[in-house]
Amino acid sequence: MSTQAITIENAKTGEVTEAVYEHPLIVRLCHWANAVSLFVMAGSGLQIFRAFPSFGAKIPQKDLLNWPKSLAIGGWLGGALQWHLTFMWIYIGTGLVYLSYQVFSLNYKQVLFVPRDVPGVWPMVRHYFFFGPKPPVRDAYNPLQKHAYTSVIILGVLSMATGFAIWKPIQFSWLAWMMGGFHLARLWHFLIMWAMLGFVFGHLVMVVLHGWTNFVSMLTGWKKDPEYGSK
Amino acid sequence: MNSRIDSRKFKSISRRELLKLTPLVALGAFAVPKLQAPLLKAGLGFSDWASAKLCRSGHLATTFADSDVTPFSKFPINGYDVDDPGVDFDRWTLTVTGVVQKPGDYTLAQIQALPKFRQNTRHVCVEGWDVIGRFGGTRLSDFLKAIGADLSARFVTVECADDYYEHLDMSTALHPQTLLCYEMYDQPLTREHGAPLRLSVPTKVGYKQAKYLTDLKVTHVLERVGYWEDQGYSKFYGL
Repeated sequence: MSTQAITIENAKTGEVTEAVYEHPLIVRLCHWANAVSLFVMAGSGLQIFRAFPSFGAKIPQKDLLNWPKSLAIGGWLGGALQWHLTFMWIYIGTGLVYLSYQVFSLNYKQVLFVPRDVPGVWPMVRHYFFFGPKPPVRDAYNPLQKHAYTSVIILGVLSMATGFAIWKPIQFSWLAWMMGGFHLARLWHFLIMWAMLGFVFGHLVMVVLHGWTNFVSMLTGWKKDPEYGSK
Repeated sequence: MNSRIDSRKFKSISRRELLKLTPLVALGAFAVPKLQAPLLKAGLGFSDWASAKLCRSGHLATTFADSDVTPFSKFPINGYDVDDPGVDFDRWTLTVTGVVQKPGDYTLAQIQALPKFRQNTRHVCVEGWDVIGRFGGTRLSDFLKAIGADLSARFVTVECADDYYEHLDMSTALHPQTLLCYEMYDQPLTREHGAPLRLSVPTKVGYKQAKYLTDLKVTHVLERVGYWEDQGYSKFYGL
């Protein structure tokens, strides 16, 4: 992969920094559109859940939890379904555009988690969570990042598959069957949402830890002074 | 090879790249109170349109063994208003209008004279719960043929004793599992479950399965969609 890199020279101070074009426009557009749609899907999904906050029988109904209405989107079941069924197309659309881009540009190679990344995961975990030494940075994405970004794509695909199994259980009866039936598909859909929210939490923590220039790179594409250096 | 540029030029490159994200601002329209309702209506409309295009309308719903059926006592009673609108069974008829050759009032005996079908199918509520029930009745398609309905019409609409109303598109009305249902669990419908006649449409969500039917119309035009659809629910909601 050839990453576009430039050297920036400050005319006044003479200071020289490097910058790497990390995120092409299509990736940035998909990232933010997906961030918005994931927020709406989770918020409206929780309002839909409020209509029957259980995974068992209707009679007798045993509620799992009473999710507060103020932390949900849509106001009522019908409103939440409108949000959910509108943003689901944006969510799927951005996912498909992103995946197609990654595949056809071959950029997936820098972020796809492959068996050779396995040994590098534990040192990164030790570094982040147990103050271990920082492993040498070689690529744009370290093994733990690759693991996270690959997992969340799989979760995204599963969220869509479980969603279709609940929404169209007759048209996609084979999907519902693969998930252990209509009932379980709804539970998987719910758990996958929490797994994705878990990713978002970890992602946001990392964004804060890695500072402003890292965050800006998802806005402008350019990352100043990358730790891995330009090649 | 790295090109060397001035820091001010880099700032302008960055700004240009940032501005390229402006198409995302369009998503912000969903946050504008005035635009929200029409946008969501359009979104749901698109979702219904795509569903109708992608769904195989003749696809059969899964049927279940008797041992899978939820006990009758655990089959929820869901009405939007009253559990029993007080239908007078002795004087009850189904009033048929619209593009049919034989409009008029049909008695339950006339409907029951047509072949009877029984099926164990899943009843899926929009709220998220589901039950497998046993339903018996006349195929709506048989009834439509008996009354000489124009099968090229687009919709079949029903009205109910509790002022509920619904519609089915013609392909759903002609679906072999769509029943004019007068039996549940091999017993005559109880009042709470819509006696004397209700719809059983296993390929559609629960709110399509109107209870306490009084009127049936075959029509090219929908004057109103359905009780819940007119509050904002999906018009299509096929399963």
